[in-house]
Amino acid sequence: MHESAFLLGQVFNGFSVASLFILAALGLALSFGLMRVINMAHGEMLMLGGYLAYMTLQIVPGPLGILVAMPVAFVGAGIVGGFLEFAVIHRLSARPLDTLLATWGVSLVLQQAARNMFGAIGVEVTAPTWLNHTVSIHSGFLSGLDLPDTRIFILIVAAIVLGLIAALLNKTRLGLYVRAVNQDRPTAAAMGVNARLIDLAVFALGTGVAGLAGVILALLGPVTPTVGQSYIVPAFLVVILGGLGSLVGTTIASLIIGLFTALIEIFVDVSVAQVLLLVFVILFIQIRPQGVITVRTRALEG
Amino acid sequence: MAMKKFGTAAALLAATMLSSVTVAHADGTVKVGVLQSLSGTMAISEVPLEDAELLAIDQINASGGLLGKQIVPVEEDGASDPSTFAQKATKLIEEDGVVTVFGGWTSSSRKAMLPVFQRFHNLLWYPVQFEGNECSPNIMYSGAQPNQQALPALTWAEQKGYKSYFLLGSDYVYPRTANLILKKHIAHDGMTLAGEEYVPLGGTDFSSIIAEIQQSKPDIIINTLNGDSNVSFFKQMAAAGMTPDKLPVMSFSIAEPEAKAMGPSLLAGSFTSWNYFESLPGPTNAAFVAAYKAKFGADSVVDDPMVHGYADVYVWAAAVKKAGTFAPLKVRDAAVELAAQDTPLGGVGFAANQSMYQTGYIGELQPDGQFKIVWTSPGLIQPVPYDPLTFPGKVCKIPH
Repeated sequence: MHESAFLLGQVFNGFSVASLFILAALGLALSFGLMRVINMAHGEMLMLGGYLAYMTLQIVPGPLGILVAMPVAFVGAGIVGGFLEFAVIHRLSARPLDTLLATWGVSLVLQQAARNMFGAIGVEVTAPTWLNHTVSIHSGFLSGLDLPDTRIFILIVAAIVLGLIAALLNKTRLGLYVRAVNQDRPTAAAMGVNARLIDLAVFALGTGVAGLAGVILALLGPVTPTVGQSYIVPAFLVVILGGLGSLVGTTIASLIIGLFTALIEIFVDVSVAQVLLLVFVILFIQIRPQGVITVRTRALEG
Repeated sequence: MAMKKFGTAAALLAATMLSSVTVAHADGTVKVGVLQSLSGTMAISEVPLEDAELLAIDQINASGGLLGKQIVPVEEDGASDPSTFAQKATKLIEEDGVVTVFGGWTSSSRKAMLPVFQRFHNLLWYPVQFEGNECSPNIMYSGAQPNQQALPALTWAEQKGYKSYFLLGSDYVYPRTANLILKKHIAHDGMTLAGEEYVPLGGTDFSSIIAEIQQSKPDIIINTLNGDSNVSFFKQMAAAGMTPDKLPVMSFSIAEPEAKAMGPSLLAGSFTSWNYFESLPGPTNAAFVAAYKAKFGADSVVDDPMVHGYADVYVWAAAVKKAGTFAPLKVRDAAVELAAQDTPLGGVGFAANQSMYQTGYIGELQPDGQFKIVWTSPGLIQPVPYDPLTFPGKVCKIPH
């Protein structure tokens, strides 16, 4: 393998990791941006998506199962998220620390529920065979570069999801309301926007995206009751680095983290890379406390 | 009021009956501690291990007990937390007066309990493969030393003609120490080290490591990843087109239950090194597997640490019989003098350094989740706690 191929392979890996981070963090960024709710149960929505994929594949085996699983998990996790918002979060809306504690409790309940229903040791979700290939380059200066189909597929899914959410926020009436509530909740409410309903919709959308992300993550990782815990910390890192509640910020932060890790891992091992990443984020936040993108909102000033 | 009086009288009566029962039994019983994690992350592995230990105690009781006494297991929960293990071990010895304890899984739990057993001159039976490099007169180490699991795997790989090795592990004491020893032997045997990588416990991203594996082109990967990281690793290897049949992987922490949980189809064709497989032939193993499945369900599986826990109880019982007493240190001295005992592992026993001599096996995972034994060590392997190449001059000598 040429050095250039290896380097480009690492850049590709960086984008691949970034696409996972985008999917894992997008829902968190949405709900945090609008409602200032730190949803500790966000990881469990990823977990829920993984289990929904498992159940869908039981009913729809075969090559298209995973494509069916994605909308199923999106809707399923969205409904659970909507119920969570309705039953717990909006009742604690003015008390951020209580929400933190309550959603953490919800995450424990969901983990235990998964453990009781599916067993403690996890279930099997395997990628369909049409994703089990690699795009290999055999000639030229990039000879030896291998791009796994699964990772290309995830990159495409992340790009589509990102595009759809951006279109929803910027091109639709619902998106207009969301942006209005985000910028100035009392004024938007005074203009006749049902802020309560917007909160519910955005939270359900955010958890739905997490459910979809759970299906994608199951292609590359385990599906266990505690799997959400391994993604929740990187997801929070992305949200903090990106600037609270900004879609563009979340994307850029995911790319920064993904590329930083992939490129630094050329020189150091994975454990050290994690340390360096955290040091980098701490330094970055010192210099730019508001994150990559600043969102002007009364709520944040307030 | 009348009801309340009746209630009190009934409670008193019950209490009297209960205490008389206890007294009647007290002469004919002996207490042992069973200390595993019944909650927390390790519970997945330790609950079945405890089941196997309790099964052995039940079987010994059913066949008439030990020195005329019934064995009463006192169960405590180590809660996957080393300091809890130390605290519960103290409680078992001081308050319950147990004559020995079966338990522990992680090296950190063992290291936390070690001073407790030394202080009270009691005895711990530790059932899990570990990194060696420890030698306590108050612990019976039945799980494999590095020269009984890691080094046999290297011997097998060298015999297969593999020259270039890639070491991959989770970042904690066992993989670091096992790989330290392996590296010394790889260099000593004239093989090459293609790479060495560690990921944090629970790590899920292997893209960079897989790129490094593709670049360094090893003949085999020696995998000491722990838990769910294995699922991520094997899935991402498969996505990159490197399934176990194309690039062999030798794993040290995947046994029957892990294979079942991760999906045998994902791991089929990969190798693992243990001192026991469920598929081992022999009537003692067949009887054990049948008894375990009868109690815990036909689809339950057994693995190496469970069988070590089960065998430990039997070896302890044999040592008690030989010593004619339950006194922990006398039992220990008898245990190292015993002839090999017939266990599901085959004929095994304890060497003078209080570790188990046993056979090494290499298994290849089949699509049905069982392992096909592809290599057997040429005879019993004597345990070596301090690898002479890695820790020259250190030996484990325990006066008995």
